[in-house]
Amino acid sequence: MEDFNSETDSDYTSYWRDWFISSRGNEYFCEIDEEYLTDRFNLTGLNTEVPYYQYALDLVTDVFDLDADDDLREQIEKSARHLYGLVHARYIVTTRGLAKMVDKYKKGDFGKCPRVMCEGHPLLPTGQNDVPNMSTVRLYCSKCEDVYNPKSSRHASIDGAYFGTSFTSMLFQVYPALLPEKSTRRYEPRIYGFRVHASAALARWQDRYREETRSRLRDAGVEVRYLEDDEDDELEDEDDEEIVETKERVAGDGASGRMDIGN
Amino acid sequence: MSSSDGAPESWISSFCQLMGHEFFAEVSEDFIEDDFNLTGLQSQVPMYKEALEMILDVEPEEDEDEEEDEDEDEDEDEILGDEKPPGYRRERRHTRVASDLSVIESSAELLYGLIHQRYITSRPGIQQMLEKYELQHFGVCPRVYCNGCRVLPVGRSDTPGQETVKLFCPSCQDLYTPPNSRFHSVDGAFFGTTFGCLFFMTFPDLEIGPRFDAPLSTLSPTRSASFPSTATTTTTTSAGTSNQATSDIPRPVYPIELNGMRTVNFCPGLGEGRLYESRIYGFRVSERSRSGPRMKWLRMKPADILELDEMSYFKTLQNHDDDGDADMGEDKAQNADSAIAQRKKAPMRRRRYNPDQMNINGVEG
Repeated sequence: MEDFNSETDSDYTSYWRDWFISSRGNEYFCEIDEEYLTDRFNLTGLNTEVPYYQYALDLVTDVFDLDADDDLREQIEKSARHLYGLVHARYIVTTRGLAKMVDKYKKGDFGKCPRVMCEGHPLLPTGQNDVPNMSTVRLYCSKCEDVYNPKSSRHASIDGAYFGTSFTSMLFQVYPALLPEKSTRRYEPRIYGFRVHASAALARWQDRYREETRSRLRDAGVEVRYLEDDEDDELEDEDDEEIVETKERVAGDGASGRMDIGN
Repeated sequence: MSSSDGAPESWISSFCQLMGHEFFAEVSEDFIEDDFNLTGLQSQVPMYKEALEMILDVEPEEDEDEEEDEDEDEDEDEILGDEKPPGYRRERRHTRVASDLSVIESSAELLYGLIHQRYITSRPGIQQMLEKYELQHFGVCPRVYCNGCRVLPVGRSDTPGQETVKLFCPSCQDLYTPPNSRFHSVDGAFFGTTFGCLFFMTFPDLEIGPRFDAPLSTLSPTRSASFPSTATTTTTTSAGTSNQATSDIPRPVYPIELNGMRTVNFCPGLGEGRLYESRIYGFRVSERSRSGPRMKWLRMKPADILELDEMSYFKTLQNHDDDGDADMGEDKAQNADSAIAQRKKAPMRRRRYNPDQMNINGVEG
């Protein structure tokens, strides 16, 4: 390993980073460019945050050659992971970092939304804090706009600050085309086919809240559309043409649905 | 029969111990033996009789069709007396043709699932599920703001073969896919659509609020949200005040129960301060932005839970119409108006003289 001099060519020398992002539990991380890591400006302030900063940086950039005993080496190793995480949070809001994370997002590297109505929408890692050791990494679903805990315990111990609070929002600012269509579908708790009043009352209130928000935004010139709006429009179009037929069909569906539940 | 210690376990308990069947309760044989509980299942399950025999570990009778029923009754009586089926009968089952057995086995699983759907809504069954729930056998809600609320297995359909089992979180009233893929092959109909809500209405005092100790845990989202981090110091004020608003301002006295649910247990994971707000460098993304929040409604809950008391709103609206009550706040009236307008049907009309509902009228109080 000492034979290689890392400062000259970056393609062959990312041993530590290669190892780091390919090791188990680090699937959420992307690889930080050599140039980004070696630009001191990008590491501003991190020297106070990370112990053995210089050694850790050397290790991450593969120029580490110090004959350290195992204890010290282990500590430096730990610092290096911490440093990598903190730089990672800064890197993934840059253009190149975002592009790398978008690739991972499209591949579904961060898992799928556990919410049934989101139908397995891909997640994005996010932190609830930019300060390390405050909270672990969360997973953000852009379809329901909520955050979830990773289902695997090996991800549940990753610091959320390694991804930061800004990353997910930044990604959709830069790539608005990736924004999914939102849906108004929801789960309706039922008992023997009858909707439960408490849940239904809340659902009605939430629907009202949504419509208020929508009309407020419409006044501001922002049109909010949900997936179901299109379906409603289509239904309305059909209604215009053949009113009677559509109504009959709907009634039939409702009845069969009720019978289905009765089973 | 005397060597009951080494006796092979019943089909039911071995079924429930199978990998992926951890959600199932062990249906008591009494329940299965009551024909009333099996009404209508005969037409849904192929090889119903054989499947039922397998579930109950009853020796199959193949020779004389006429005497079959009697024999079966005798067998069941014996089992009732002995509690455990005798071991030698299991041996005899192997005389069946193998392909036949596999068909019966799958039929038995289907039948057991359908019985299970009914059993867990019965009194002993729901009690059994309560024990499993309290031991957290079904896991916790993956949503961060639900703080690890325990979930229940439910189905989205009562017809088998439609959808796999899902998990219902009472804290956010939403459905989630089980994290472990072994449950992705368990039929949701074996738990049914009714069970989830019926469970929480049967045990209304069940604690479903925050389970992690909020002030101690660094992972608590409420704490981390209100904690001024260096990067977001200047901009967390709005979130901070909204958090305080929910905790510091003395609330009006709420009724213990509203809409049939304990108010303290009503969706503790929802509402202001318990929803995720996307931020960039500490600044919230505006709702006028193209990528602004569009799904807030899904995790919202009125700050004043009495807003959900549609009965009293309807009542105030009635007063407004009848007496021209000038005391009433205009916004409240508007709220009531929109509440009514939003609804196409008003099924509460028939209950409008219910005196209990009038006691919790938010306007009078």
